[in-house]
Amino acid sequence: MAEASLLDRSRTVAGPGYNRWLIPPAALAIHLAIGQAYAFSVFKKPLGALISGDPAAPAAADWTPTQLGIIFSIAIVLLGLSAAIFGKWLERVGPRKAMMAAALCFSGGFFIAALGVHLHNLWIVYFGYGVVGGIGLGIGYISPVSTLIKWFPDRRGVATGMAIMGFGGGAMIASPLSVALMDYFKTTGTGSLGVAATFLTLGVIYLIFMQFGVWTIRVPADDWAPAGYVPSTQESALITNNNVSADNALKTPQFWLLWVVLVTNVTAGIGVLETASPLVQESFSDAAMGAGRGVTAAAAAGFVGLLSLFNLLGRFFWSSASDKLGRKVTYAIYFGLGIVLYALIPTLGHNLQLALYVGVACVIISMYGGGFATIPAYLSDLFGKYQVGAIHGRLLTAWSTAGILGPLIVNFLHESRKAEGFTGAAAYQTVFYAMAVLLVVGLLANFAVTAVNAKYNEKGPVDAEPGGH
Amino acid sequence: MNQPPVSSATPETTSSGGALFLAWAFVGIPLLWGVSQTFIKALDLFK
Repeated sequence: MAEASLLDRSRTVAGPGYNRWLIPPAALAIHLAIGQAYAFSVFKKPLGALISGDPAAPAAADWTPTQLGIIFSIAIVLLGLSAAIFGKWLERVGPRKAMMAAALCFSGGFFIAALGVHLHNLWIVYFGYGVVGGIGLGIGYISPVSTLIKWFPDRRGVATGMAIMGFGGGAMIASPLSVALMDYFKTTGTGSLGVAATFLTLGVIYLIFMQFGVWTIRVPADDWAPAGYVPSTQESALITNNNVSADNALKTPQFWLLWVVLVTNVTAGIGVLETASPLVQESFSDAAMGAGRGVTAAAAAGFVGLLSLFNLLGRFFWSSASDKLGRKVTYAIYFGLGIVLYALIPTLGHNLQLALYVGVACVIISMYGGGFATIPAYLSDLFGKYQVGAIHGRLLTAWSTAGILGPLIVNFLHESRKAEGFTGAAAYQTVFYAMAVLLVVGLLANFAVTAVNAKYNEKGPVDAEPGGH
Repeated sequence: MNQPPVSSATPETTSSGGALFLAWAFVGIPLLWGVSQTFIKALDLFK
């Protein structure tokens, strides 16, 4: 039982002089691990050729790309659901126990999926990586957020931006690592093209790596504040000194407006990310640019890599900037600038202006990442620090929704245009115009955000262990 | 005026600069490796 008690919130309260800059690395250890989810696509080809043994020539009994795509979809849906369901539990038990649960689920998901690969049973893979791993994703994603906000009341955007930047960075580590592991295990003759052994190895690596976060994380004492920090006594319109519970937050229009803000921003961003490689290849093909001058598959992979970098940098840059600009202004920039840039993309593609096209796409993706990273601070501004982790968890259902909506809209519009006979950049024209319209909806929702009505505020001081009532 | 923090168990002492460096290195090194790998891949776009 001693181990259990070490995980309790009461055992994680920091003493005097604890350096708060140890908290972001603890949060990063979790987010860098679970960010692996964005690199899952590296397994799609080998998973689709486990029977034939040749990714270039799958057998009839091999799993299809559609069947494999469902693994990631389940994981993202479970991310949103578990973040929403376990948010209040997290606030009650504290970040250490939640991080441990996330580590066990996330790595456990790999172990179960490895068994599924070994037995060639897709349902076990769905359950392992999708369901169990997805729950680990959701709990892990929200586990450090409210703790960071409590440690950095003066720099909420910087703090949460650093952690959520890790989610973007996780794929950059996982992708080359997974490829290297599969190459190694293939040569050692472990079977299943090295995928099962790679899943087992990744499960072990992430379990150990996440332990650093588990045992480094601390919560500040209730009355702790950074040196020299004086909370404003004059309440700003959109930054409250009050607290709203997670249950009450759901009753406010502000929560649902921010839900719309997140779902529109993410749906639009996924539209670009989802199609990045074929988009740039089809828009700047040899047929359009001239023989030998079109964008090759390797160059398109470079484009995807560049977008990943801007996704990562945008999370930190925009979220930090929001500490100065204010959250509402920052989201107004995401949407206002986004509308212009999304509407510009088809024209740049039509005029074959590749450099500008790439530059615009990078700015768009930086704001997609920024949208994720700025939302916890926006929630904290509006609802207070009390149960911001739980509120953030519930808002992440918008991400799950966008994860389904984005690809659906993009594929439908793109296929419709192609059926009408359009090719190249023209085949994507309506996709980008539709995304621009979606951003108008987000812009309006953001404009409508006002201070939360005082009737939703908690009366009196809130408990040290919030969800416990 | 801030009061000294109240801990219900095992209070932490002041963290050293060494611990801070190690903590950031633990997460920073893999992150930088991942970023560098992605950057190298991104260069293919400009070849």
